[in-house]
Amino acid sequence: SLISLTSVAFLLRGNCKHVRTKDSPPNICGFNLILVPDIKICRLVNVKTVIPMVQLLNWRRGLFPQTKMAAPLTLVLILSVTIRAVLFRSSLAELISERVEVVSPLNAWKRGLFCYYVLQENNISLFFQTPLVIYLFHFVVDYAEIVFMIVDGITAVALYLAVQNYNKNVFRKQKYALEADRYPHDCLELMRSPKEMHYIPLKVAMFYLLNPFTILSCVAKSTCGLNNAVMALFILSTLKGSALLSAIFLALATYQSIYPLTLFAPGLLFLLQRLYIPVNPCRSRFWFFTVQYSVMFIGSLLVIVCLSFFLLGSWDFIPSVYGFILSVPDLTPNIGLFWYFFAEMFEHFRFFFICVFQINVFFYTIPLSVKLKEHPVFLIFMQIAIISIFKSYPTVGDIALYMAFLPVWSHLYRFLRNIFLVSCVLLACTALFPVLWHLWIYAGSANSNFYYAITLLFNVGQILLVSDYFYAYLRREHHLSQGLYLRRKDGSEATLVLK
Amino acid sequence: MGLLSDPNRRKAITSLLTRLNTPICVVCYLAGIAWFMGLAFEPFTLRTYMSENAMGSTMVEERFPSGERALATAREFAAHKKKVGGMPVDWLVKTMRAQGLEVFTQSFSRNLPFPDESKERFVVRGTNVYGILRAPRAPRTEALVLSAPCSPGNSNNQAVGLLLGLAQYFRSQIYWAKDIIFLVNEHDLIGVQAWLEGYHHTNITGMGYTPLQGRAGSIQAALSLELNSDVVTSLDLVLEGLNGQLPNLDLANLFHAFCQKLGILCTIQGKLQRSDWDTVEGYTHSAQTMLLMVLKQASGRPWGEHGLFLRYHIEAASIRGVNSFRQYKTDATSIGRLFEGMVRKLNNLLERLHQSYFFYLMPSLTRFVSIGYYMPAFGLLTTILLLRALDLWVHLGTPTPVTEDGVGEGESPSSPGLLSVLTPVVISHLTGVALYTLPVLSQEMAVEHFPVSETEAVVLTAIAIYTAGLALPHNTHRLISGEGTEQGWRVLKLVALLYLAVLLGCTALINFSLGFILAVTLVPAAACVTPHVPKALSAVAMVLLSPGCTILYCVFLFQELQEVPVSLAEGWMLFLSVISQGILDHALYGSLVYPLLALLVYPCWLLFWNILFWK
Repeated sequence: SLISLTSVAFLLRGNCKHVRTKDSPPNICGFNLILVPDIKICRLVNVKTVIPMVQLLNWRRGLFPQTKMAAPLTLVLILSVTIRAVLFRSSLAELISERVEVVSPLNAWKRGLFCYYVLQENNISLFFQTPLVIYLFHFVVDYAEIVFMIVDGITAVALYLAVQNYNKNVFRKQKYALEADRYPHDCLELMRSPKEMHYIPLKVAMFYLLNPFTILSCVAKSTCGLNNAVMALFILSTLKGSALLSAIFLALATYQSIYPLTLFAPGLLFLLQRLYIPVNPCRSRFWFFTVQYSVMFIGSLLVIVCLSFFLLGSWDFIPSVYGFILSVPDLTPNIGLFWYFFAEMFEHFRFFFICVFQINVFFYTIPLSVKLKEHPVFLIFMQIAIISIFKSYPTVGDIALYMAFLPVWSHLYRFLRNIFLVSCVLLACTALFPVLWHLWIYAGSANSNFYYAITLLFNVGQILLVSDYFYAYLRREHHLSQGLYLRRKDGSEATLVLK
Repeated sequence: MGLLSDPNRRKAITSLLTRLNTPICVVCYLAGIAWFMGLAFEPFTLRTYMSENAMGSTMVEERFPSGERALATAREFAAHKKKVGGMPVDWLVKTMRAQGLEVFTQSFSRNLPFPDESKERFVVRGTNVYGILRAPRAPRTEALVLSAPCSPGNSNNQAVGLLLGLAQYFRSQIYWAKDIIFLVNEHDLIGVQAWLEGYHHTNITGMGYTPLQGRAGSIQAALSLELNSDVVTSLDLVLEGLNGQLPNLDLANLFHAFCQKLGILCTIQGKLQRSDWDTVEGYTHSAQTMLLMVLKQASGRPWGEHGLFLRYHIEAASIRGVNSFRQYKTDATSIGRLFEGMVRKLNNLLERLHQSYFFYLMPSLTRFVSIGYYMPAFGLLTTILLLRALDLWVHLGTPTPVTEDGVGEGESPSSPGLLSVLTPVVISHLTGVALYTLPVLSQEMAVEHFPVSETEAVVLTAIAIYTAGLALPHNTHRLISGEGTEQGWRVLKLVALLYLAVLLGCTALINFSLGFILAVTLVPAAACVTPHVPKALSAVAMVLLSPGCTILYCVFLFQELQEVPVSLAEGWMLFLSVISQGILDHALYGSLVYPLLALLVYPCWLLFWNILFWK
């Protein structure tokens, strides 16, 4: 009960300015209460406000509930493995592995297998996959199904641990901020309670493992699952604060599909924040760490590339994998924006527009890093989403990775504006993809325009979703600094408008 | 984007939509129906026109001379058919070979899942005979098909005779750029199915057949001929194929153009065109024609032999000779010329028919309604579902005043457990799976225990499961998840509304007619149902608007439109046979209407039924 007393003391301190002295360290404030037992102050404080605050602060000793969550996680894992195993054995597996929404030329299992056999028998290097993945095929080709299930499991567990760690940090930060009285008083309802945060890691794992998109992608044996696992491990190692591992996984992810390069910025920002190094170009410590991280990243990238070279004895894979990603020669329809556009394009404009489209993917890193430099984890989410929307060969597996993060931002729910519309659009599009594909390819009665229209709508839906979350995040931060109930200068109620 | 981001305007629109939800829904429903009925009004439709250049400007001359000889062949064929007691395979092979065709046969066998009572068959064995006329002028990469069924009894002999006559005439011409395949198939659609599967090396329906010995190029178009008399008064064009697929509109235009040229009366849905569109009778006539097309398309079954070709991306139509009591008759020579002209124009094609429409409805042979005109009618009906869903969403999110802007009073209500929503969904779908699998599986048991035939057993089991499903779900979900909450049914209804909207949307894209008919009956039920309406009355209304009853109404409407009204008892028997035909069509040809209704639409309707009895 001393703890709760202490908590009330914080509150009281917050509500009556005259008690607080600037230099009183927070940990002796328990005595402040004893020193200034003013009954008036107690009356000032709204009882409704005190109770949740006390509850919040009661968690301070353990920081975050560490109850056993392994059992439900295991349950989810078993359930997801069962679903996948059933689907692998059903006749649907063949059908799913040929859907253009699920596999792209870059990550199709069949094409990877083809590369593998061609390489093995004729020693001709014909690549759609990076050499390391093909080398991996060497070991897993007979147990592909199990391997893909395990990879999904690894991704989910990595995300689970990462989010658990992140939530702990968020909660700790919130507590310090509360203790330091940095939040306006009407923002209590924006505070996050341990109760609601308790199940978030589990929900994240569930969102990833039971998402139909992930299941489809796994059943199709798309190597997208491997990329997702590498990204998830990158996120985990970054959040755990291991700069070296983070750089290695980032290098692996970049090696796999180039685009994760944009995750360098959030990774660096997070590690800087963790080491309490301010992002300030005038400080040498900032530069020292940045260079250190970049060297680790570039070094491991070089090692991986050279390893591929020694495995193969030629550099052919660089143009055939990265050239394939960047110059988009394969215009098989998919859920992305490239294929239709470049199928229609006059040949002499092609180079220009490819540059525009590819720069588009990388460009968002700069403004977002500036805006979100205090919130690198949200920045990671934004970047993954942008990559999966704008990359040259997107599949539903990429979408599943950023969708797994949605439960982490469940506290933004009240600020989301279009979530109903967006979920309707995404739902309808997901159902319409196979229908319009059927009409176009099998029935011959519709054409590519129908399919592309749905692709466009699907991507607009995703962009709306991501920008909605972005707006909601910024808005919450704004309220946390300015107070929840904004007033205009004349005292009337103000609303925030994004135009 | 101002609409999506400006909180004030959003608030205004949301409050408008929630306040006026019911009136807007009623208006949408009425407008949807009115729009649909307006489609048959001639000024609102487009005139058909030939889009394909290769068929429009090229003139062909029809010179087919030997109609009488074809009829003589038909009589000879009839005699041999009678003698053999089935398809006279040897005679056909001999005759075709004598005409200089490459002749091949294909035998096939198929066990039906249960006896087909309307056609009296259970284990089907038969033979297809086809002759290929090789193209002298081109590399033989493309082909056309002319087919005629060898039907039991005395019917359709003239079609085979005419087919053979045409083969003989075509053989002597030199302008063919595509191979022409003359196909005489046994056991109507089953034979066509076996032949098409053999031709394309697929086996999707578990048919047993011998592989084809001779093949031509990829088939560009197919015409199927049905002719029962020596002279005809009119020719009827049949377009509706499997799963409501239609051939390119240019094929219909081609048929119409040649009928005009040769002075042959032509009909669609058995209805002649009327010129008095501005009178009530004229409008009723075209509305009847269009409704018949809608009903036929919605049934998802192939209405002629051409129906199965469409699945293989082959434009095809059936042409059916009608002999009525009219004075004016057309002889076999003219019909032969009509076919000669059509085949010659198809022979001129440089690529597959693709210029004209694939999605259309025809209120008469010269008028059509394209997808852009009929989709709004369906869109208006679906809007109701989305509006209701929006209304529920707003109510769910905000028990206190609207907090679109995020700054609102009140905490979010305790969300209902996932279980209370998931349980009815799972149970409804399990009922659907039972409805889909059990009737055929359990027929033997039913026959053992009840005095019914196999077909009756299947149909009655289906109806029994359908009815039992009404009792099941709303009793079980309470056992598992305890008392339902006010929030619970709202969430369930939201899910069900979105589910229905997506389901109907996808159905309407593949088969507009089916989607529209289902929307007309399901949308009002879905929009109005809550647990707070009077139970007995709304339960009756719900049952009357259920998918099963929709089929019943369609049967009566179809008979009414065909001007052969039936009594209630006859209608009921027809309804039973429609169900058994639907199940058979699914098993034999892969029609999707039965699985769609059993696995998706019926469970979705059960969800609404569940809401009605939410406690």
